[in-house]
Amino acid sequence: MTQAILEVRNLHKQYPGVNAVNGIDFAVPQGICFGLLGPNGAGKTTTIEMMEGIIKPTSGEIFYKGEPQGARFRQEAGIQFQSTALQDFLTVRENLKFFGSLYPNGLPLEELVEICRLKDYLDRDASKLSGGQRQRMLLALALVNDPDVVFLDEPTTGLDPQARLNFWELVNSIKARNKTVLLTTHYMEEAYNLCDEIAIMDHGKIIAHGSPDALLAKHFQDVIIELPQSDFPEAAKDIPHRYLDKVRGTVEIITPDVNGTLAQLIQHGASLAGLQVRPRTLEDLFLELTGKELRA
Amino acid sequence: MMKRIWAAFYARTLEFLRDRSSLGWNLILPVALVFGLAFVFSGAGQPLFKVAVVAEQPANHPFLQTQHVNFYDITPQQVDTTVRKVGRHQVDMLLDLRAGQQHYWVNSDSQKGYFLERLLEGSPDGAQLTKQSVKGEEIRYVDWVVPGILGMNLMFSCLFGVGFVIVRYRKSGYLKRLNATPLSASEFLLAQVFSRLLLVVAVTSLVFTGTNLFMHFTVEGSYLNLLLVLVLGAFTLIALSLVVAARVSSEELAGGLLNLLTWPMMVLSGVWFSMEGTNPVMQWLSQLSPLTHMLSAARAIMLDGAGLADISGHLLVLAGMSVVFLLIGAATFKWTAD
Repeated sequence: MTQAILEVRNLHKQYPGVNAVNGIDFAVPQGICFGLLGPNGAGKTTTIEMMEGIIKPTSGEIFYKGEPQGARFRQEAGIQFQSTALQDFLTVRENLKFFGSLYPNGLPLEELVEICRLKDYLDRDASKLSGGQRQRMLLALALVNDPDVVFLDEPTTGLDPQARLNFWELVNSIKARNKTVLLTTHYMEEAYNLCDEIAIMDHGKIIAHGSPDALLAKHFQDVIIELPQSDFPEAAKDIPHRYLDKVRGTVEIITPDVNGTLAQLIQHGASLAGLQVRPRTLEDLFLELTGKELRA
Repeated sequence: MMKRIWAAFYARTLEFLRDRSSLGWNLILPVALVFGLAFVFSGAGQPLFKVAVVAEQPANHPFLQTQHVNFYDITPQQVDTTVRKVGRHQVDMLLDLRAGQQHYWVNSDSQKGYFLERLLEGSPDGAQLTKQSVKGEEIRYVDWVVPGILGMNLMFSCLFGVGFVIVRYRKSGYLKRLNATPLSASEFLLAQVFSRLLLVVAVTSLVFTGTNLFMHFTVEGSYLNLLLVLVLGAFTLIALSLVVAARVSSEELAGGLLNLLTWPMMVLSGVWFSMEGTNPVMQWLSQLSPLTHMLSAARAIMLDGAGLADISGHLLVLAGMSVVFLLIGAATFKWTAD
């Protein structure tokens, strides 16, 4: 196995009356995209901010390249927070130059502009960028020191689908440069597409850890058949099923035997015109593990 | 380290210079105040009669019973300075009631001195005092008040311009982002201090030079010394703002704390009127304000032609305050808002 670039051991963070992070251990191998997932309030951002050195753990240890996280980490890490304000009245170019000056080494401005596709906005006031342009600039700021590890905390929240897809391409291009990426996201599709390894957190603990496919294979040996409620005959009611969405009227059948279930449906006279068979997704796993109740 | 300080200094200065409304306000307000006050006080000076008294024990001369005259005690060491002030029309009369002295000083060119002398002569035992005549041109109120106006404007600019901005940076999460870089707290703070220092010194010098073309202020001492007082005073006030901004993340609270500092300083530092003759507690409190030392040093240079040795006490106090404020500000500084 590749050597871990980051490792946390028995990490705890307590706030008055709350155990935000409750004794977690994991290691992030070099050169992969590692996803930290969990519902709101699960402790993801607290964990990632402890790993970034922004907040101090109550107890536990964090190692970077085998050494306790220190000054070297600050030089070699790039960070994009959930929301970052910058100084007013500065252009994209000035922001990149300013942040670049804070590090002894870094990427040339032209290369950053190329990677993050900022050429057309370089002399625009940073406060006047669109959501997608702004996230690309913030990513460029995170890459300004040519970091070995890049933290991206919910980088695509609030972006439209095009901007999100565009951002995924950027993350893949960073991975291709052999950087380690640590990503938190609410979008399971994003985690599945970008992450080589994920850890799902809930109530301050890690409840699942592994590659997305391995986790899906471990937890699910079945697939989902969905069909409109109007196509689901009364006679088929004996097939175990559930009403997924009462508004749209969809019936969901979870089964390890697709052929057998389809044969049963045909036998009971169900129309297959609107039927869909889909494999289990990370979202199913997420909901299965963390429940469906609304979180704050 | 210098590269990082320079980068943060440059970015902050650029931000301020591009904020046209803020820059305009910083230039227009002091100019308007200097001209406005010169116009308002272009007539007679303050209506109060001011008489300094030096005596070995609480004096009970009948003249001291005169109403509507502000008698205040001075020490024997202050006699020379006070005689100079009589010459400048800043004090209307000086009474020396010590045994074996029994003099009074009055400026023969002063209208108020003339009336006070008539009152003294008319009071019992008044004729026993011998007259010591002093000559000298009156210091216009605008000459006396211009360091106060510029100092007050500078105080607001230093305290709000740095303290408020850092609190805003903290609240918006910008400081958190900087915390993720190798920039240290002291490097960041020094950059903020030097950026604001450059701006307030430039703005104040520009306003002083510009208004001086029309008002022809009295400057007996060295302009370089005046610049030194300006730089050191501004530095102390900026350092003070770092103490306020070290941990606060609420703009409302920061505004309240800054007002709590600036308003007493404005009243107690001798911006508009001299603290001489006021309540001793107020005089003691005024010594705690950096603005007091800055204004006293500036007025001593401008009006009395004082040199560096004469104002060294004020300069030392300002330097000492700066060190203490910077240490507290850097030690208690917090990047995040929690």
